[in-house]
Amino acid sequence: MTELRDRQPAGDAIGPAAPALEVRMAIYKMMVQMRDFEKRAYDLFLQGLVKGTSHLGLGQEAVAAGFAAAMLPSDYTFATYRGHNHTLARGAPMAAVMAELMGRRAGLMAGKGGSMHLTSVEHRMMGSYAIVGAHLTIANGAAWSSKLRRAGEVAVCFFGDGTTNIGAFHEALNLAAVWKLPVVFVCENNRWMEYTPISSVTAVGHPAADRARAYGLDPVLVDGNDADQTYGAARVAIERARSGGGPALIEAETYRHGGHSRADPGKYRPDEEVEAWLARDPIPRYRTRLLGVGVDEAVLVRIEEEAQTAVDAAAREAEASPPPDLSLVEADLWADGGSSWRR
Amino acid sequence: MGGRGVVVAEMTYRDAVARGIAQEMDRDPSVVFLGEDVGAAGGVFKATVGLLDRFGPERVSDTPISEQAILGAAMGAAMTGLRPIAEIMFSDFFAVCWDLVANEIAKTRYMTHGQVALPLVIRTANGGGVRFGAQHSQSVENWAMAVPGLKVVAPSTPRDVVGLLAAAVRDPDPVIFFEQKSLYPTKGDVPDGEIVDTLGTAAVRRHGKDATIVALAAMVPRALEAADVLAGDGVEVTVIDLRSLVPLDVATVAASVVETGHLVTVEENPRLCGWGAEVASIVAEERLFDLDGPIVRVTTPHVPLPAADALEDAALPSVARIVDGVRRSLL
Repeated sequence: MTELRDRQPAGDAIGPAAPALEVRMAIYKMMVQMRDFEKRAYDLFLQGLVKGTSHLGLGQEAVAAGFAAAMLPSDYTFATYRGHNHTLARGAPMAAVMAELMGRRAGLMAGKGGSMHLTSVEHRMMGSYAIVGAHLTIANGAAWSSKLRRAGEVAVCFFGDGTTNIGAFHEALNLAAVWKLPVVFVCENNRWMEYTPISSVTAVGHPAADRARAYGLDPVLVDGNDADQTYGAARVAIERARSGGGPALIEAETYRHGGHSRADPGKYRPDEEVEAWLARDPIPRYRTRLLGVGVDEAVLVRIEEEAQTAVDAAAREAEASPPPDLSLVEADLWADGGSSWRR
Repeated sequence: MGGRGVVVAEMTYRDAVARGIAQEMDRDPSVVFLGEDVGAAGGVFKATVGLLDRFGPERVSDTPISEQAILGAAMGAAMTGLRPIAEIMFSDFFAVCWDLVANEIAKTRYMTHGQVALPLVIRTANGGGVRFGAQHSQSVENWAMAVPGLKVVAPSTPRDVVGLLAAAVRDPDPVIFFEQKSLYPTKGDVPDGEIVDTLGTAAVRRHGKDATIVALAAMVPRALEAADVLAGDGVEVTVIDLRSLVPLDVATVAASVVETGHLVTVEENPRLCGWGAEVASIVAEERLFDLDGPIVRVTTPHVPLPAADALEDAALPSVARIVDGVRRSLL
C-alpha cells in the first residue's frame, strides 16, 4: 500500500497535464453514449428483447472512454464479457452492438456471439472474452505479433478485479514482462468479484497494483471514475509500450452501478457504499469539470441529446432486424465457411 | 532412391519434426515457433534441435512453464498476422490450458461470425509406450476430436510428419498435431525437397480383401505387424492409417469396408468415447448392410496408463490383441 502513489487529483502529474479540450469533449461524448446505450440495453433486457445475459459497465465508463481516447486506431482492445462500453469506445456501430445483444441478423456477429463476445476486428476490438483470465494471454499474443512485425501497435487488455486471482493473469504478466511486450493491462477494480467483495478473497489490498512488483512493473493506481486520470495513465503506459518500454499494469478503482449481470439488483452491497460511489459517478463529475473550464452547457446538452437520439435509432434499427438466417448454425466453423468434419 | 530422380533419405520421426518446421519457417517469414525448452535445449525429445540457431530467438522462442501463456500468445499472434507453431511438451498438459484450446482457439472464428482467423498449429507429444506413467503417457487425441473447431492430425511416419505439419501450418484453421512419442526414434524414407500433404486424407498402408483395420499413429505399425501374422494364416487385411481425425476420411474407410465386410479399429486411447467409437458408429449408420460381422474395437482399457513396462505393454493394444480382434470380426 505505501508503495502505491496516492490518488491524484484530475489533470496532474499522472498524465501529460490535462487532456486537450477536444479530447475531453470526445471522452464526454463517449461516456454519455455508453451510459445511454447500456440503460437502454437494460430496459430491453427487462422487456425480454435482450436475451440470455448481459453484464453492464454502468458507472465504469471513464475507464473505457479514457483509454480509448488515448489509443491509436491501429491499437488492439481485448475486453471481458463486461465489454459493451469497450466495443462502443472503439467505434463499433451502436445499432450492430444492440442487434447482437438482441440476437438479430444485423448484429455485430450476426447473433453468433452475443453480449459476452462482442468483437469488431475492423475497429481493432479483438474480442470480449467470457472465461476469466484467458484474454490476458491472448492480448500478449497480439502484442508479441506487433513487436515481431515492428508494427508499433499496442494491445490494451481490460479485465475485472476477480481476474487477478486466476492463474492466467500471473502467466500473462510474467511473460509480458519477460518478453517486454507492448501490452497494457487494465484492471477495472469495481470492488465486487461477482457477489463477493474482492477484498474478502484476495491476499493484498489492491488486487492488481499490489501484484505489479512481482513482475518487475511499477504499481499504478488511478481513480477509475475520473476520465482525465484514466486518459493520463493510458497515455503514459501506451506510449511507453509503443516505444519499446514494455508492459504496464494499471489498476483503476471504480464501481458498477448495477449488479453483476442480468437483472441482479446488487442488493448484497451496503447501501452506504453504493451511495458513496453513486456520488462519484464519472459522468456528472466530468460534466461539472467541463463546465468549470468554461465549456458552454448548451454544447454538453447537445451531446446528451444526440446520444439519446443515437440510442433510439440504434434500438429501432436493431429491433427491426430479423432473426439470423438459420443456415448460420453450421456456418463459419472453418475458414471455408462451413463446419464439415468429414470427407 | 525414389523414382524420377527424387533423392530419398532415411530419417527419424524426431528429425522429421525439425525438418518440417524448418521447411515452413524458411518458406514463410510469418511462421514462428514457441514452447518450453524448444529453442536452446532443442526440445525435451530433441525434435527441434537446430531451429534456434537457424531462425534466431525472435522466431524460435523459449517460454516459461506457462501453457496458458504459450497458447494465448499463439492465438493472439495468429489473429494479428502471424502463423505460430506452439509446442505443448506433453499432451497431458493440455489439461492445464484446455480453456485456451477448447473455449478460445476452437470457438473464436465461429463466435465472431468469421471475423477472426486463427491459422495456428499446436504440436504435442502424445501417447504411451515409454514408461512415463499416467501423467506423461496419455493418448488424448479424442479430447481434441470432441471439440468443434479443431482439426486433429496424428502422423505415423517421418514423411507424414513433414508433409502433414506443412499442411497444418498452411491451413487457415487451428490444428492440433499429435506426435506419438514412442515413434520419435523410428525411421522411414523421406524424399528431399518440399513436402506438402493434405489434411483429412487417410493412407492405405496395406491392401487385403478379408478385413479392414483402421489405426492411428503408433497403432499403425502395430496393425501392420498384426497383418503379417494374419497373412501367415491366410487372412489378408487392409490397414488404413487415418492420419487425421478431423477432417475424417470417411470415404476411404467406407470404401474398404464395402470391399472387406469387416472392420476393426485399433486405438491407443482409453475405451470410452475413443475415436474408434465414432468410426464404428459412422460405419454402422451408413454401411451396416455391407458388414459381414461385428465391428470390433481394440483399445487401451478404460484406465490411466501404468508406468511399469510389463503393465504398460499389457494395457496398450498389442499385436496379439489386434490379431484376436480381427478374428472376432471374422466370426
